[in-house]
Amino acid sequence: MKPHTLSVLVENKAGVLSRVTGLFSRRGFNIESLAVGTCEEPGLSRITIVCIGDDAQIEQVIKQLNKLIEVIKVSDITENDRVERELALVKVNAEPGSGRAEVMQVAQIFRANVVDVGAKTVILQVIGDTDKIDALEKLLRQYGVIELVRTGKIGILRGSKTVKSGK
Amino acid sequence: MKNGARILIESLKREGVSTIFGYPGGSVLPIYDELYDSDLQHILVRHEQAAAHAADGYARASGRIGVCLATSGPGACNLVTGIATAYMDSVPVVAITGQVPTGMLGNDAFQESDITGITLPVTKHNYLVKRTEDLARVIREAFFIAGTGRPGPVLVDLPKDVNTREIDFKPPLDEEMQIRGYRPTFKGHPKQIARAVELLLEAERPVIYAGGGVISSGASPELIALAERLSIPVTTTLMGLGCFPGDHPLNLGMLGMHGTEYANFAVTESDCLLAVGARFDDRVTGKVDTFAPHASIIHIDIDPAEIGKNKPVDVPIVGDVRSILADMLAMLKKDASHEVWVERVRTWKKKHPLRFRDDGSLRPQMVVKALSDALSPDGVIVSEVGQNQMWAAQYYVFKKPRTWISSGGLGTMGYGFPAAIGAKYACPDSQVFDIAGDGSIQMNIQELGTAAQYKIPVRIAILNNQYLGMVRQWQELFYDRRYAYTELPPVDFVRVAEAYGVDGIRVEEKEEIAPSIRAAMEAEGPFVLDFRVTREENVFPMVPAGAAINEMIGGHKQ
Repeated sequence: MKPHTLSVLVENKAGVLSRVTGLFSRRGFNIESLAVGTCEEPGLSRITIVCIGDDAQIEQVIKQLNKLIEVIKVSDITENDRVERELALVKVNAEPGSGRAEVMQVAQIFRANVVDVGAKTVILQVIGDTDKIDALEKLLRQYGVIELVRTGKIGILRGSKTVKSGK
Repeated sequence: MKNGARILIESLKREGVSTIFGYPGGSVLPIYDELYDSDLQHILVRHEQAAAHAADGYARASGRIGVCLATSGPGACNLVTGIATAYMDSVPVVAITGQVPTGMLGNDAFQESDITGITLPVTKHNYLVKRTEDLARVIREAFFIAGTGRPGPVLVDLPKDVNTREIDFKPPLDEEMQIRGYRPTFKGHPKQIARAVELLLEAERPVIYAGGGVISSGASPELIALAERLSIPVTTTLMGLGCFPGDHPLNLGMLGMHGTEYANFAVTESDCLLAVGARFDDRVTGKVDTFAPHASIIHIDIDPAEIGKNKPVDVPIVGDVRSILADMLAMLKKDASHEVWVERVRTWKKKHPLRFRDDGSLRPQMVVKALSDALSPDGVIVSEVGQNQMWAAQYYVFKKPRTWISSGGLGTMGYGFPAAIGAKYACPDSQVFDIAGDGSIQMNIQELGTAAQYKIPVRIAILNNQYLGMVRQWQELFYDRRYAYTELPPVDFVRVAEAYGVDGIRVEEKEEIAPSIRAAMEAEGPFVLDFRVTREENVFPMVPAGAAINEMIGGHKQ
């Protein structure tokens, strides 16, 4: 049982997301992370899904996804050389003074950007893989994380390989 | 200029539809107004569930696509059980539902229900059409998707204003259908097919396990030829009954929970199992680890998701069953006789036949046997669900595909009678019998009204034991005879039929079975046979839930 990253190319039509997510819940598969957006081809969207399961379960997920009429292509990119990123926005306590300076320092180490500064808080934007964001969150907890928003993971294959419509 | 309703009717006719089953209501008024002048035959059912089952029965009996029509809200919701039934058994049905006008969608308007949302898990695909311009294309796609690949139901939801709006309409050209995300595999992989042939030739104890896919792909002739050329015994699933002749020397009947002992023995002993258009359902496999434990498994199925879903497979072949079996036959350079194995199977058949006690009383199995003797090979048997279904499956000798129609996957009580009505429209020249229980028949007994109105000559053989018999059987065997809510007070079905203007007779003696069936077959309209059978009869043999299929109760001593 390990996390798999599925890249799913779908037709951008009303209800397609509920068809995809409905299939996961109906067949008892958990979604760890989900990210949806338009892609290089007009009319299509790409969904990146991270789910946990053994090989047989993941194979079944992929086959069932492929049966959906509006799904054009499903690829498990887990085994391939790939780039994966997540974005998080963290609103953290940063009273003027030493606390704020420390938060800024942590941000710098993680190459997080400060995107908003308030009287008592700052908002950091961080991009990276899941572990990096988890690590940053853990560190910031001591200052007080007020709100945390994460996008869900997106992934792309390295080199010239693609997840495009073959079907 | 044409309105959406007119475009719908023309599109249906272009798909070759001649009969639809439906029930009118507010949001489908424009469609019904078009139907009024149309030469499409519309059968008015008494409950929308029956429309879906009738379309399903029509599809199973004919191999064409069944069509049902219901209004928005409750009408659409009432179709759901019928759609789910068709989905579980891979039956091509197009369900058309009315919907509130597009401007009111999502407002909780009168008789609004999110039927595309509701049917998402039980349709192959569904559509909510928001523009009249899309209607003709959607209907074409719906029929294409329902009838190709692994067949299944498709629902098309039509808001009222889509049906009333007039557009400048030209029918779409009959160019080849292209749906980007839908390209079912048809031809099997030649290398895999060659491997399968090789395995079957090398095998000493091969068995063919054939399912409903053989029937939906029309592969019976190829299956028979393959079994005969390689001398392989054939067992069928509940859905597969009829795809191999029941009186063929190589036939083993049904396998699984209520299968024959010899079919279950043969599968358990087999060293090579050819699964064709079947899906290793739990009612077939019993405890899945001990199913065909010594066999290499070849699995032919059009749906790649079925391969390896429940049971690991040695040789998977994805594609159309008929095409793949034809390819296998073409590759066979020699025949095989498997003499020792066939003889062993024959001995099991002789020593472990299906049996029931005959003490002179009227037993349900006798009714099924008498029907089997009375009907020609073209006769169509539809069943309800429960003991009646299992006795029909066990004791009726099906000789041709599409003569056995039953809700296998979903197990829908109340399916049989409306499905029989649909089957009768598909096969007007065949005798059509619904084998029912007194429980199941009461789930859609209102369709006596439909049968009476159109004088549909379907016959209902009710095995009336005043119990929900299958549940009672489980209570007897596994719940210490605590018959919680399974006893039904006796119903005089002859008088119920009479109230609808339908003829019927009550049968209480075994000697009256054959004459009563003859009387039913000669009736011009619908006919009800109320068989008062022994009350606590059990369906045997039986594999208890979770046991291996060779561990049957109620069988012969080994």
